[in-house]
Amino acid sequence: MIPELGHVALIIAFCLAVGLALIPMWGSMRRDVTAMNLAPTLAVAVALFVAVAFALLAVSFLQDDFTVAVVAANSNSLLPPIFKFSALWGNHEGSLLLWVLILSGWMTAVALFSRGLPLLMVARVLSVMGMIAVGFLAFSLLTSNPFERLLPNTPLDGNDLNPLLQDPGLIIHPPLLYMGYVGLSVPFAFAIAALLGGRLDASWARWSRPWTNVAWGFLSLGIMLGSWWAYYELGWGGWWFWDPVENASFMPWLMGAALVHSLAVTEKRGVFRSWTVLLAIFAFSLSLLGTFLVRSGVLTSVHAFAADPERGLFILIFLALVVGGSLLLYALRAPAVASRVVYSAVSRESLLMANNLVFTVATVVVLLGTLFPLVMDAFSLGKYSVGPPYFNAVFVPLMALVMPFMTVGPLSRWRDDTAARWLHELLVPGIAIVAIAVSLGFLGKEGFNLWIALAVLLAGWVALGVVKDAWRRLANPGGSLRWRSLTPSFMGMAVAHIGFAGVVLGAVVVTQQNVERDLRMAVGDQQELGGYRFEMLSVGQQAGPNYLADQAVFAVTRDGQPVATLIPEKRRYFASGQIMTEAAIDASIWRDLYIALGEPIGEDAWAVRLQYKPMVRWLWLGALMIGLGALLTVADRRYRTQVQRRDAPVVGVAGVAP
Amino acid sequence: MHPARKQRLILVSLVVVLSSAAIGLVAFALRDNINLFYPPADVVAGKAPTDRSIRLGGMVVAGSIERSNSELDTIFWVTDYEASVPVRYSGILPDLFAEGEGVVAEGTLDESGMLIATQVLAKHDENYMPPEVAAALEGKTAPAEQPVLP
Repeated sequence: MIPELGHVALIIAFCLAVGLALIPMWGSMRRDVTAMNLAPTLAVAVALFVAVAFALLAVSFLQDDFTVAVVAANSNSLLPPIFKFSALWGNHEGSLLLWVLILSGWMTAVALFSRGLPLLMVARVLSVMGMIAVGFLAFSLLTSNPFERLLPNTPLDGNDLNPLLQDPGLIIHPPLLYMGYVGLSVPFAFAIAALLGGRLDASWARWSRPWTNVAWGFLSLGIMLGSWWAYYELGWGGWWFWDPVENASFMPWLMGAALVHSLAVTEKRGVFRSWTVLLAIFAFSLSLLGTFLVRSGVLTSVHAFAADPERGLFILIFLALVVGGSLLLYALRAPAVASRVVYSAVSRESLLMANNLVFTVATVVVLLGTLFPLVMDAFSLGKYSVGPPYFNAVFVPLMALVMPFMTVGPLSRWRDDTAARWLHELLVPGIAIVAIAVSLGFLGKEGFNLWIALAVLLAGWVALGVVKDAWRRLANPGGSLRWRSLTPSFMGMAVAHIGFAGVVLGAVVVTQQNVERDLRMAVGDQQELGGYRFEMLSVGQQAGPNYLADQAVFAVTRDGQPVATLIPEKRRYFASGQIMTEAAIDASIWRDLYIALGEPIGEDAWAVRLQYKPMVRWLWLGALMIGLGALLTVADRRYRTQVQRRDAPVVGVAGVAP
Repeated sequence: MHPARKQRLILVSLVVVLSSAAIGLVAFALRDNINLFYPPADVVAGKAPTDRSIRLGGMVVAGSIERSNSELDTIFWVTDYEASVPVRYSGILPDLFAEGEGVVAEGTLDESGMLIATQVLAKHDENYMPPEVAAALEGKTAPAEQPVLP
């Protein structure tokens, strides 16, 4: 009974979403206040019914209802309850339901927090989001119904969740990532609403900006968690593989990075308007493209659940409609919203434009590398794969190119500035950073390392810009510091920029100084690596709730002093018989020690992978700072005053530009 | 010059410089960083290049995995049921690497026709088959296996 109720709830949500997509939009054309006023109510109602459907599917998972196809395929009675719950989104149907749930969550948030906005705007934004919801609910109901039953041949027990996904990181990685992915639909809806209304000014940017920052912040956190999970769970110790699915989430992030900065210019100066709108459209289109790549099964990846051409076709058509429709609208309306504000070549606008160009070009090269094999295959020109060397060769120089601007940008003035002033502000600290970078480059064991020196130089340069900027705000001729000038907006930017510097530094150091060795070790064997001594003490077996593990115990010492005891495992899961490597990691801020077991070779001997990974944590700490920084900006007062104004009488329809 | 025109000129020249730099980088990077996929039949027929990295995919021949006793070297054969190619890999194999399962190996062919693999990819759950392998095996059937006892 429960799955049927869930199915009905999903159908009702679909009908309500159709209403949301049509009625307020119709109302906005006819200036019908009653119809437009329905938008927030309908949005909340859609969210409610999707939430009911989601909860009922969760109940089916928790109750081990193996008559439901997705439960039978992805859960097992031995699975710990928390993984039974997260198994809900460890499959195609369930993760799509999560997608819709989060979309309706964003719609609810817009409905609740946008009462200060003109009614016309709210109606259009929610209506556009309603259209997206219609598309995805239809996708779920027509091609991937999560409530399908397996009758009458009901299995006695489930197939189990893929052991790779039985991990705490995977409980929160998909929801966070989807928060970001789907959250980009909000700036998209704002952009479409602005194009429809022909109203695109500083206040529009101020409405759109907090939503964009939050969505992009969540996307950063989601990507960070995915990288971290891959690091400890896949057993290779890699943190980024340029896997097409990683790229699928990374492209909206890159475009979002451009959008976040471009919105700042539009809000403060009213320029880049049509460009900002275009970025918002592209960012969400790339989210949809990512969904297509991941869900259609065209890729070889851990994220590809099952290939089904019908599903791929559905998303492809939906993608074409969304991208085609919004670009058509853009072509028709963009000239009406273009700005006529002048700024000089030496100004903050130009620097932010450089940011935008670099991030856009970076998105394009990643897109090219990701789609190249698919396009070649589609035209039967051969089966290619584009690997990390390509992406590193094009992406690393681009990021290096953007970093010099990151320091000058926040220190420079809007509209018109002088190079002499930049030089005055940054000359002395610049020389200091060069000196530090050069001397730090010599610290490596193999003499001077150019790459590390460059990374320190660029990261230090960025961090320095932040410090200098903070000091400039704080310093007061009177003596006391002006703490109030450190607004959440500024702090968010500062934290995110320092985080970016941390990511760059971590990435370069761990790539350059990583030591990795695959070898055969038996009990009693010792091995020296990165200044640490690894000794294999014993091997044994240990039973888990739904698996049996072979364990090896390693003692790690440095100069005779004990450092850690590491116990890597090789697990065999009962239900599927699948083998899984569980790496053992001794983590610290300056280095990780990483041990993974390969396969047993002979008596008491195992293939073992030992790794010494300096500063690898900086990557995730940095990415965490980027995400949290983006979230922090929302606390800024100027967004709050906008909410406080909600008590003011609703702006009359007549007062809004057509 | 008129400020608005100057602004546009700067923008256009920036775009031109950046995009040509990007195109140059892409062309340079694509030159030797893409790998073409070959099924074993094409490799045996001599259609695969020996001077650059390729990807080979198919099924691991049952009973063909030989592990060295002292080192981490493994030799196994990959088949598409038409032809088989030996692969040598030194390192830790993925968890789901097994006889009779789909696999993709990346590396270069030596003179004897053995693929010296730098990377071996296996599927990541038991229902999943890499699309290249699925396509390579399409229309070919496994030789009759041992009859199942009643």
